[in-house]
Amino acid sequence: MKRLKNISVEAFTIVLFLLFLVPFVILVINTGKDSNSIIDSALALPENWGQFITNIQLILTDPTVAYITSFVSSVIITVVSLVVIVLASSLCAWGLVRNKNKLSSIIFLVFVASMVIPFQVVMFPLVSWYKMITDATGIELLRSYLGIILAYGGFGVALSVFLYHGFIKSIPLELEEAAMMEGCNQFQLFFKIIFPILRPITVTVVILNGIWIWNDFLLPVQILGKGNAIQTLPIAVVNFVGSFVTQWNLVLTAALLAIIPIVIVYLFLQKHIIKGMVDGAVK
Amino acid sequence: MKRSKKSYLLLILPAVAMFSLVMIIPFVLGVYYSFTDWTATVGKAVSFIGLENYFTAFADATFIHSFLVTMQYAIVSIVVTNALAILMAMLVTRKTKLANLYRSGFFIPNLIGGIVLGYLWQFIFNNVLVIIGNTLGLEFLQQSLLANPTVSIYALVIVGSWQYAGYIMMIYVAALQNIPSEVLEASSLDGATGFQRLRHIIFPMVAPAFTISLFLTLVTAFKQFDINFALNMGGPGTTFAGVPVMASELLALNIYQTAFSFNQMGVAQAKSIIFFVVLVVIAIIQVVLTKRREIEA
Repeated sequence: MKRLKNISVEAFTIVLFLLFLVPFVILVINTGKDSNSIIDSALALPENWGQFITNIQLILTDPTVAYITSFVSSVIITVVSLVVIVLASSLCAWGLVRNKNKLSSIIFLVFVASMVIPFQVVMFPLVSWYKMITDATGIELLRSYLGIILAYGGFGVALSVFLYHGFIKSIPLELEEAAMMEGCNQFQLFFKIIFPILRPITVTVVILNGIWIWNDFLLPVQILGKGNAIQTLPIAVVNFVGSFVTQWNLVLTAALLAIIPIVIVYLFLQKHIIKGMVDGAVK
Repeated sequence: MKRSKKSYLLLILPAVAMFSLVMIIPFVLGVYYSFTDWTATVGKAVSFIGLENYFTAFADATFIHSFLVTMQYAIVSIVVTNALAILMAMLVTRKTKLANLYRSGFFIPNLIGGIVLGYLWQFIFNNVLVIIGNTLGLEFLQQSLLANPTVSIYALVIVGSWQYAGYIMMIYVAALQNIPSEVLEASSLDGATGFQRLRHIIFPMVAPAFTISLFLTLVTAFKQFDINFALNMGGPGTTFAGVPVMASELLALNIYQTAFSFNQMGVAQAKSIIFFVVLVVIAIIQVVLTKRREIEA
């Protein structure tokens, strides 16, 4: 009786699991079709997988998607933003925890409170503000790497400082005092002693911010605009859909190519990613 | 161990400077612009018009409608996402060889952006499900869910929950794994039934995770934009209070359209401030509830 129950629960789990993955199966089988057969038989297997290669080639060489350039831009923006966020917020959190004064409490509170602000409130004024800065200083912030990385830095530090802050509070002060006795300066102390201890929370910070930045759409659209030499993959997909409304086989191929990089990364770093995302939520 | 004032300021400067530049200043500007006739045109002077944008926003049927639709979407999403997540968490914390595989599969939709998923599901709703409907003679599937104003919001719920449930599942999994197995074993030795264990041990232990998940799903539903944008742009058209509106247009998309399609920047700004106030209220309720629970515990 118990065994029967176990088997039926297992079967139910498998069915649910397959249902969850069906959209991806539909995605893959339809990237192997031409634009006519996809409309007649969205559920059929492709007649020849050669079309799959053709579709991939079409997307890779498509000027709107500009896959290689978009991919490289996405990687540059994500990686540099992450480095900026990790360094700025770990240093800041360390400074705040180790200097207990009014200013530290206020700054920390403002960081935490800002997490409630929806992006819609700041997105239109941000663009105007960037224009004002450019007019005053001549530094190009719109349509540039500098502007978007700065924006991700500014939007990413609040949560990251909060996460680092909680972690650093648990590091005993004696450890730092001992290092100072040994003649470490502040800089060495942080990078040789503190930063390595922060590793678990750095993983969380990198994953939470990385997934958000890689997939983000509204901010890059605002800052980079359309028809820019610098475009991220989500923008590339949106532009492509805008230009090929009915070519579903190509739209799905573009979607697949946008999904593949992150799934590959996930397969390699699964444990870290799951742990990092859950830690970020529960804290 | 006194550290110098200078090094302290240097430590906090990079983060504080970036944060002020892209968050604080635009936020202050945003609040200010909501009381002006701002058009985002470069070089055009803005003048103060008081609460006019707010009156316009509240008199805008599309805004009121999108508010109601967002509430509806949020409530249904919270129920569906959490129910799915709890079910999946129970299934993957059983002793089974495939637990890790299940977990990864359920979690994958989270990693992918709403834009790409939105287009994929647009294809599924408009082509795949319609074909299934025609083949099996299922009448309710013969017309795309996205084309029907009364159900298109549920299409959005399906995609949103599918994307988010795996993440919420992980939070419940963490909570379930925190329950010491000794306690469960002891209770079954003492003759507790499955239901009693659920009610007196599992439920209280999982309650904090439930609170977190509730608010995560609530805020995520309220902020939903990407899927709404890519799935069907808030469509299809319908009427509300005698005015043409978009049936599944949520708040974030309504604000976006106010700015980009109708170029009413001041009104869009006022709407986004109202949106912000709603989120603040939600956050305050969350903090109060969580604090109260901690005191009880």
